[in-house]
Amino acid sequence: MELSGGQIVIQCLKDEGVEYLFGYPGGAVLHLYDAIFHQEDVKHILVRHEQAATHAADAYARATGKPGVVLVTSGPGATNAVTGIATAYMDSIPMVVISGQVPSAVIGSDAFQEVDMVGITRPCVKHNFLVKDVNDIAETMKKAFYIATTGRPGPVVIDIPKDITDPNILIPYKYPKKIKMRSYSPATKGHPGQIKKAIELLLAAQRPVIYSGGGVILGEASEELRELTRSLNFPITQTLMGLGAYPATDKQSIGMLGMHGTYEANLAMHESDVILAIGVRFDDRVTGKLAEFCPHSTIIHIDIDPASISKTVKVAVPIVGEVKIVLNQMLALLKEQKTKPSKKALEAWWSRIEQWRSVNCLEFDRGCEFIKPQAVIEQLYEVTKGDAFITSDVGQHQMFAAQFYPFDKPRRWINSGGLGTMGFGLPAAIGVKLAHPDADVACVTGEASIQMCIQELSTALQYKTPIKIINLNNRYMGMVRQWQEFSYESRYSHSYMDTIPDFVKLAEAYGHVGIRVEKPEDVKPALEKAFALKDRTVFIDIMTDRTENVYPMIESGKGHQEMTLRVAPGTPINRELA
Amino acid sequence: MRHIISILIENEAGALSRVAGLFSARGYNIESLTVAPTEDPTLSRMTLVTRGTDEIIEQITKQLNKLIDVVKLIDLAEATHVERELMLVKVRTCKESREEINRLSEIFRGKIIDVTSNSYVIEMTGPSDKLDAFVAALDENSIIETVRSGPTGLSRGEKGLHL
Repeated sequence: MELSGGQIVIQCLKDEGVEYLFGYPGGAVLHLYDAIFHQEDVKHILVRHEQAATHAADAYARATGKPGVVLVTSGPGATNAVTGIATAYMDSIPMVVISGQVPSAVIGSDAFQEVDMVGITRPCVKHNFLVKDVNDIAETMKKAFYIATTGRPGPVVIDIPKDITDPNILIPYKYPKKIKMRSYSPATKGHPGQIKKAIELLLAAQRPVIYSGGGVILGEASEELRELTRSLNFPITQTLMGLGAYPATDKQSIGMLGMHGTYEANLAMHESDVILAIGVRFDDRVTGKLAEFCPHSTIIHIDIDPASISKTVKVAVPIVGEVKIVLNQMLALLKEQKTKPSKKALEAWWSRIEQWRSVNCLEFDRGCEFIKPQAVIEQLYEVTKGDAFITSDVGQHQMFAAQFYPFDKPRRWINSGGLGTMGFGLPAAIGVKLAHPDADVACVTGEASIQMCIQELSTALQYKTPIKIINLNNRYMGMVRQWQEFSYESRYSHSYMDTIPDFVKLAEAYGHVGIRVEKPEDVKPALEKAFALKDRTVFIDIMTDRTENVYPMIESGKGHQEMTLRVAPGTPINRELA
Repeated sequence: MRHIISILIENEAGALSRVAGLFSARGYNIESLTVAPTEDPTLSRMTLVTRGTDEIIEQITKQLNKLIDVVKLIDLAEATHVERELMLVKVRTCKESREEINRLSEIFRGKIIDVTSNSYVIEMTGPSDKLDAFVAALDENSIIETVRSGPTGLSRGEKGLHL
């Protein structure tokens, strides 16, 4: 089969089994778009801004485990995609981004719409390529998908100059079935000696905690994590990125840890003697002050990326490998063991944890005359029966969603954890809805975040992706305002907007349904109405309490044991206090 | 502590900037860096001198290994090794100083590779501290310019860094 470079790129996507291509055309990719025009297997989703293409593709990957694929033009098309590429990079999301480049002959001449995309993206991709010969396209595409999806996943950029996709140059096409790279061979099995050491430590632990993260979801190891956690009867805390790998409604789950984690999770970490860290990276939002992080604990760390191990926190037993394989190795070894974890010690440990849990650290003022954002998320959980895909933007609403929507399944909670990208939620919801057309998909957002990619309401209409936008509208950039309240004596410097659009009219202008909610009792009926409108995107603009804060909170520079709670432990919460 | 990291890397455009970019992005320092293709033209060998605590060096080697283009690397400072650096020095000469500079260069096993009526270019290889000593021994005012390659090295014994 003889094909042009442009046709080869699209044919490679077909051969790779790509279902959706998120993109935006432009001069440097016109040959590619012409190739797209002549086929129907790879469905192109035309976004309204390239950043949204990357977020939608990224969320598609998060919701399915398959790589997200993006096509943008050179220059501004490419630079607009960078935020989304960095977002995927920080959260290790498999993604392949194809960017057009000016013709080879003019590269370096400051040509129209020229940027050095390979240079710009180098620090925020797993790898990138500049294709210099039409004969290299197929192999480069294969390499890109291989690199993006194996080992610790991540985004890969392929920059293709326009002349390489010339429709007049035809060459024989063959997509390589397999690729081997001498410089890239990700780890698989964990070292048996290290696993043995880990099991010995776990069985001897008096106050163990399992601390699991996004790696478990990326590594499809939720089943193994559940089996291991249950067989040991250990408490488990999950990171923001890991929510759903272990069911949050299970009694062994002690909630999220870190800056806005639960009292019981953070204190359990602080008091623990053995930590089993699985697919996590000891992020600063998790550890708090490093010098005070888990002072009594021996740490076992399972990760596919050796560079994640002992990067910030020194660990005693590093295990490099695929989390699914390593957990299976551990489970097999555990079954052979005659000794069991000390029942007595675990009972004592659990009773301490239950004491911390009884503080009920997430409780909020339920009698308030204003709509509490936490109550909205609780009702969203009820209306969707806890089974929706929830995307979020970044800020207070993100933390409320993480705290108040207990995820029982992996890949249901889709948020920008590492980079913290405002504007992620709406395009992400579109990507998720395309992947799971029959599922309920809600975007939990705020009036500031949603405006960063609001134009994608148009994309949602074009591709009939009926999503529900839950806009927690407090007329503030809530998280910025909260930090200003705590650390800047309530000097609210530019954390509010004097003008906010009428979101109901805006939704209607984009062809969707808009609902405004101003009273607590109207929240649930509005949510029910929205989710009943199966084939419509609904924008629910909910006026929430302006001054609500996210608690608990570990303020920056403090340790897990120094959490700020809404009220001191043991004090009943009432309206006066809140 | 000073470490000499020797890297086998794919000989491809941009490979060097991936290494340099990694160091600047993560705040590691590079004291010197030399790179050239090996006997296998698809591979380059890079020698990088850096300083840091054991933890930082561990991160540096892990992060370097994570780069897709990096095939293999070793930290030469972990075992016995030989290292050499090349220096070229251009010195101003006059009738009175020519003989003395010539003698000094011989003591340091240097070679004079360019001569004009009022200058020499001296070539010298050796461990970096020997080159430092030679520069110190020269009259400061006589030095027109110097260029150094940065150290490069191999581990001792039969083992080596190869595919």
